Amino acid sequence: MKETETTGYHAVSWKEPIVYQLSRKGRRGHQAPLAEEGIRETIGNVASRIPEEMRRMRPPMLPELSEPEVVRHYVRLSQETYGVDSGIHMHGTCTMKYSPKLNEVIARSAKIADVHPLQHIDTVQGVLRIMYEFASWLCELSGMKEFSLQPRGGAHAVFGNARIIRAYHKLKGELEERREIITTVLSHPSNGGSPAAAGFDVVTLYPDEETGYPDIEALKAAVSHRTAGLMMTDPYDTGIFDSNLEEYVKIVHEAGGLVAIDQANANSLLGRLRIGEVGADLCHFNLHKSFSAPHGSTGPGSAAIGASEELSKFLPVPVVAFDGDKYNLDYDRPYSIGRLGEFYGVVPNVLRAYAWMMAMGAEGLEEVSDVAVINNNYLIKKLLKVRGVGLPWRGSHPFRLQEARFSLERMKEETGIGVVDVNHRIVDYGMQDMETSHEPWIVPEPFTPEPPETMPREDLDRYAEVLDAISHEAYSNPEIVRTAPHNATISRIDRTPSRAPKKWAMTWRAYLKKTGGDRD
Amino acid sequence: MPNSNPETKREMLDEIGVQTVEELFVDVPERLRLKKRLRLPHSKPESQVRREVEEILSRNKTSSELTSFLGAGCWPHYVPAVCDEINSRSEFVTAYAGDVYSDLGRYQALFEFQSMMGDLVAMDVVSFPWYDWASVCSDAARMMVTVTGRREILAPRTISPSRLSVMRGDCESFAHIKLVDNDKRTGQLSLEDLKRKISPNTAGIYIENPTYLGFVETQGREISRIAHDHGALFAVGVEPLSLGILTPPGEYDADIVCGEGQPLGMHMSFGGGLLGFIACQDVERLVSSIPHRLISLTTTERAGEWGFTYVLPERTMFAARDKARSLTGTATVLWAITAAVYMSLLGPEGLRELAETIMQRSHYAINRLSEMRGIKVPLFESCHFEEFSANFDAAGKTASQVNESLMSSGIIGGKDISSEFPELGNAALYCVTEVHSKADIDKLAAALEVAVR
Repeated sequence: MKETETTGYHAVSWKEPIVYQLSRKGRRGHQAPLAEEGIRETIGNVASRIPEEMRRMRPPMLPELSEPEVVRHYVRLSQETYGVDSGIHMHGTCTMKYSPKLNEVIARSAKIADVHPLQHIDTVQGVLRIMYEFASWLCELSGMKEFSLQPRGGAHAVFGNARIIRAYHKLKGELEERREIITTVLSHPSNGGSPAAAGFDVVTLYPDEETGYPDIEALKAAVSHRTAGLMMTDPYDTGIFDSNLEEYVKIVHEAGGLVAIDQANANSLLGRLRIGEVGADLCHFNLHKSFSAPHGSTGPGSAAIGASEELSKFLPVPVVAFDGDKYNLDYDRPYSIGRLGEFYGVVPNVLRAYAWMMAMGAEGLEEVSDVAVINNNYLIKKLLKVRGVGLPWRGSHPFRLQEARFSLERMKEETGIGVVDVNHRIVDYGMQDMETSHEPWIVPEPFTPEPPETMPREDLDRYAEVLDAISHEAYSNPEIVRTAPHNATISRIDRTPSRAPKKWAMTWRAYLKKTGGDRD
Repeated sequence: MPNSNPETKREMLDEIGVQTVEELFVDVPERLRLKKRLRLPHSKPESQVRREVEEILSRNKTSSELTSFLGAGCWPHYVPAVCDEINSRSEFVTAYAGDVYSDLGRYQALFEFQSMMGDLVAMDVVSFPWYDWASVCSDAARMMVTVTGRREILAPRTISPSRLSVMRGDCESFAHIKLVDNDKRTGQLSLEDLKRKISPNTAGIYIENPTYLGFVETQGREISRIAHDHGALFAVGVEPLSLGILTPPGEYDADIVCGEGQPLGMHMSFGGGLLGFIACQDVERLVSSIPHRLISLTTTERAGEWGFTYVLPERTMFAARDKARSLTGTATVLWAITAAVYMSLLGPEGLRELAETIMQRSHYAINRLSEMRGIKVPLFESCHFEEFSANFDAAGKTASQVNESLMSSGIIGGKDISSEFPELGNAALYCVTEVHSKADIDKLAAALEVAVR
């Protein structure tokens, strides 16, 4: 047996053709209804009513398949996808927790699926009540005054917060001057990208070598009459809580700026710390992270913006309101930033999060954080025994919250094998690959596992064992790692189309054009 | 929680080398910690959660329990069972952001979505999906501003007001959106007004087809020429099912196409099933201005395998942070996969037939309603697809009075657009699709007779 086969695992590998290659002329997977005889008689050939220049002459080149073929094709593709339900999946910064199946049933029930967003308020009292109650639970959890559930993802919420900061300074007549948002480099990139998209200049602070977060003096130096606000993630993706936070809030407030805290990593602090009590003016939670809504192969996600008493008037419209008798959608908020998106957000994910919180209850939420933090520190302990693995800022922060960012710098120096290679190899062992780090890589050769409360201890042991096995390979037989993956769905891909306009093909039609129309 | 039992926790804490879990929270300053328990309900077993949530949801009335004629950005369409079957596959539901070696299937399904969407709109480049039509309108505006270096966008007065509101908020810092009048009789964009308003500051022209008010804009080619003659770009927002029967924007020289993919197999879900998509010509300056992730088809070391690779990854916020000046992130891939399933089920003929059925039914409704006294329908002398506006001035009724009356017959009438478009009087926007049978439409007509009496 070759050494590469000894992991005892091989991913499903169907060599599944692109759907267009499965097409056979004349096949059909779904029969849409035809209009009734009575309608057809009255209306006749409807296409002839379309002015000629707008009548489609050539049908779209869609594939033609029967229903069983479509099902088989997409079932196979699902089998070539590794979700939380598939096994050990601990992408850090993402809180890949298990999503209880009841919540799928609820989110997909006809009582929500078949409801139009513009129906009369009397016909949607159920869903409005859930939205209202869920928002009030988030208020209790965070110490904020009011929540909007409209953002469709984390970056959308950060963008919404940046727009609120704009609106606040505009109302005060200071927007012209207050052009800058301060962030920290270890915050999620949306804390830089979203305020920039809202028109701010962004000042990025770097962590101190000793503490893992910026020095108070660095913030003081960055703050000025141009400061519109501070937008940062806390705890960081390093699992370190920036305990200067209270001080930052004071400094930024004294300078006339606002503070928006990204609570994407809140899974470790549920019921332990309320960001509103630390002085945040704005915050947001990701319902697809801490609140168990699944990640859906990269969305739809869902997020909630929380605002302090002073800032709640700026929240996007509509806000769900309750007058003691009836739930309503309140548009009459003159200071609101307006709409952040169409309608009211990803409501099925709000339902999932609501059901999850109801199941957990107050005591369960605290337990979530306790277990997640125990899991993480247990994993740290195990991983630090692996040769070549280091934990930056270990001296000042031996214990971490929801996750930790490790470094394979030593392994890279000693063996030439770095995190990219290890990441290719880890899938050979039947695990999802590792989250490295958002850019820029402050930690060299980074990897960031996050073991939420739903990970069994045995999975943490297995994760450490696999890293240890790969480390052994790196030190004794690096070629296996360097040429990985060996047991994955496909072999190494050719990345040249990434930067070659003549080669890239974002659609099958572009591929056919660029390769001379060969369908096979 | 697998490790929640006290024994396991004890063993794990021992392994870590601490006495209590409190010691692990050492970084969180003592004075910031919450000293009391949250005032939230107690934990509940699954059976009780189910009972309570289902009881609350039972207070909703669905669009099928009633007969609804609402559209306006979220439309009632039949969802083939296969769509729900595939988007319930737990691998797709619970995956996130793995690379191609662990997640090949989701990349391939996404590439197939991009490909079929590209065929529908006749464009070679389609990006990762995004939040909703409104958000991709903002992205289209941003792309046009980035590519041209100009700061003004022209859009039709008939644009969806909620999309316009999102777009104005999103673009506030970098672009001004100016509205172009439409012909009062036909609704078509006024080319005269367009020529008056276009200038060297115009980054691009954005139109919608079919328009928010439901009719088909037939001057796409001329609008495109006017844009390009002035060095501006041309973007079109579409409802995708209409492209089974309408000319795709790629064939009237659009540079960018965006739209709402919810009709392609997503439930309405109180507006939660939205799927924004954006496409463009395969021109480097356009491709490099797309704020979202893009994947390209590629090959691997072994023959017979397909792979996928990210195109120009340094463009997006993930790599460039604030230098990207745009946002991306958790998108709507589960819906894109669903849309791929939907399009491959229907195929070219199925899509054409469906679009025909929709049009036949909506035109039947227009016919029925236009025979009635007190109702003017449609308000524009143009060809309509699945939506049309109706005015009740002659009956002396407001749209909300009409809707109240319809509700007593178990019908949800069209969206009241009287405040959105005051110039249309007491008006509502009706939507008729393949889910509405002849009997449904006849029932609407009978109830309207009563409502406008």
